[in-house]
Amino acid sequence: MSAGTPKSLASSGQKPIQEICHPLGAEETASVLTPSPDVGNTITSIGGKTTRVEFDLPEYSVRRRYQDFDWLRTKLEDTQPTHLIPPLPEKFVMKGVVDRFSEEFVETRRKALDKFLKRVADHPVLSFNEHFNAFLSAKDLNKRLGLALLSKMGESVKYVTGGYKLRGRPVEFSAMGDYLDMFTQKLGTIDRIAQRIIKEQSEYQVELREYGPVYTTWALSEAELQGPLEGVASCMANCSSALDELTQDMSEDFLPVLREYVLYIESMKIVLKKRDNIQAEYEAKLEAAAFRKEEKASCTQVPTDVEKCHDRVECCNADLKSDWDRWQNNKRQDFRQLLTGMADHNIQYYEKCLAAWESVIPLLRDKQPQETETEED
Amino acid sequence: MVEEGSTLLRRMEISVAEAEKRTGKNTVNMQEIFTVYLIETRPIDAITEGHNPAPDSLWRRYSEFEILRNYLLVTYPFIVVPPLPEKRAEFVWHKLSADNMDPDFVERRRVGLENFLLRVASHSVLSNDKILYHFLTEADSRIKALSATFRVKNPDKRFTEMKHYSDELQSLTSQLLRVRARVADRLYGVYKVHGNYGRVFSEWSALEKEMGDGLQSAGHHMDAYAASVDDMLEEEEHYADQLKEYLFYAEALRAVCRKHELTQYELETASSDLISKKQQREELATGMVRTFSFKGMTNKLFGQETPEQREAKLSLLEEQIVQGEETVTEKTVECEEYVKGAWVDMQRFKEQKDRDLREALIGYAVMQISMCKKGIQVWTNAKECFHKM
Repeated sequence: MSAGTPKSLASSGQKPIQEICHPLGAEETASVLTPSPDVGNTITSIGGKTTRVEFDLPEYSVRRRYQDFDWLRTKLEDTQPTHLIPPLPEKFVMKGVVDRFSEEFVETRRKALDKFLKRVADHPVLSFNEHFNAFLSAKDLNKRLGLALLSKMGESVKYVTGGYKLRGRPVEFSAMGDYLDMFTQKLGTIDRIAQRIIKEQSEYQVELREYGPVYTTWALSEAELQGPLEGVASCMANCSSALDELTQDMSEDFLPVLREYVLYIESMKIVLKKRDNIQAEYEAKLEAAAFRKEEKASCTQVPTDVEKCHDRVECCNADLKSDWDRWQNNKRQDFRQLLTGMADHNIQYYEKCLAAWESVIPLLRDKQPQETETEED
Repeated sequence: MVEEGSTLLRRMEISVAEAEKRTGKNTVNMQEIFTVYLIETRPIDAITEGHNPAPDSLWRRYSEFEILRNYLLVTYPFIVVPPLPEKRAEFVWHKLSADNMDPDFVERRRVGLENFLLRVASHSVLSNDKILYHFLTEADSRIKALSATFRVKNPDKRFTEMKHYSDELQSLTSQLLRVRARVADRLYGVYKVHGNYGRVFSEWSALEKEMGDGLQSAGHHMDAYAASVDDMLEEEEHYADQLKEYLFYAEALRAVCRKHELTQYELETASSDLISKKQQREELATGMVRTFSFKGMTNKLFGQETPEQREAKLSLLEEQIVQGEETVTEKTVECEEYVKGAWVDMQRFKEQKDRDLREALIGYAVMQISMCKKGIQVWTNAKECFHKM
């Protein structure tokens, strides 16, 4: 789980990765506990191992709540405004619509939180963030939380809502924005198709559940055909439960990950917007400086704050480009995994049905009354 | 040619007005819920005269209609007797259970029963039947006694069982065919929706650089998956045809059992006729009245007839008895031969049915296996494409 090609990120103010002894990232595993009764929130237990030097201990285990993750994310956004911060699963869920303590919901959330931590740990810059360190190892986050609440309106907000107008966006960033829009569309379509398939499969199952029992009823009226008919009936029952598992797997594994990716895209869009605003701010300041320069012909130096702005733009662009590449890579892996998973679920379903039907063939062919002989598979 | 006023319907207005639920005990003394139907009749001349009399009415349940129809079938074997509506709710769409208590079914049955009565009552021959008139107007359960009198007393038990089996076979195969069609319909839907994946993967692949090829090929496999269902369902139709054949075979089997009942019934009627004629002869010959008879009563009340009259009657009876004995012998032979021949063929049919249906089930299983294998193939191919993404 190492970061991508180690790049020198001198302008981001962190040590270049090559200078750190171990290029490995910290590894975390997250596991879920039962809900905490008093506050009504789920506590996540994070166990982790690290080979990084800046951590005190090689192993640690802490308990965190959703709002702790939220705090971490805000902190990361504040301290790394030019970087893509991975998204968290949805904060608010409507009561009554989703059972916040149901196994599926908790598990889905756990996977999303796990993914969040992995993505941060994977990032060559974010993984060194002091707040990330604290999140993973500090016994008590509460004090920091208090401060965090005060500084809720962080720097990142300023960058997003900057009131400067952008002149010329570099083509590559425009292309990124276009891609994200179209990609969101495709994901939406895939989501709808997956839901439709689940619905059709459920309706198919309703009919299957009525189909099998007719064979059982018929078996009661028959003598020699009783065995074969009952065999067919039980075969159908097996296929029906296999289908049930497939539908559940798709609902639990496929759809949530797909939806979570939409949030990831949103995070990326925000980063693009921030970049635009930084560039716009620079352009505005540059223009203002040029204007002032005209007035004071003597000034030959470029004012320092304009230079700072320029630096910021350059740094932001560089960060964004590397984050984009990483994001694209992750996306590729994530979707490869997601779609392969979908294929696997379907293959398993058909394999179960195949096994059921193949095992019934000898029963159908056998004309002797069955004497508790086991069927060949 | 039908004369004016010659059919019952011309003289009487008949309708099956309502349906209600009742509870009662059945023949094995268990509680059951059943539906009864209200038969209303009004004389037409009263209506045309301007009076509006309240209709006479009585309640009858479906089984009583069945008894009436069976009686008509036996009594008028040369008449195409109108059918009754369905006994059970079959051929029902969009319903998860074929429920005889379903209000829509009950309503449609009510209409069907009314239709039956109207057809019978407008038939030139059937409408004159006294039992029919009784059925419509007398609210007693004599109709049930009727079923006892015309029903066969000693049918071959094997034929009764076979008839029962033929009913089951008919009901089950038709139910199976119905549900199978619904299952096929749903399966079609599942496969076809996957075709949408084909389209969206193709569109998406245009956006991507490295992922493009993998996505594109995967999309093709999804299209192939969606298209594969057409051939598979077409193949399954063969299985449906095999079931249908036995659905109709069940009807033929039932007819054989009914014919046995008819021949047996004719034999029993001939036998009891003969017995009563012999009794009459004995009474005439000895002057002793063994059983109550109208003739006997009138003789006692109004005096006996002359010796010549008695002689004439006796010799007529003797003739009839001789004829009757011939008939009974004929009918007995007919019956026995029928039973023998029919039983042999029913055994043959049973073996054929077991063979054919077993083959059909094997064929069906083989089809399902082929379908599963194709599914595995397609998704494995798609998975490989996803790997290459």
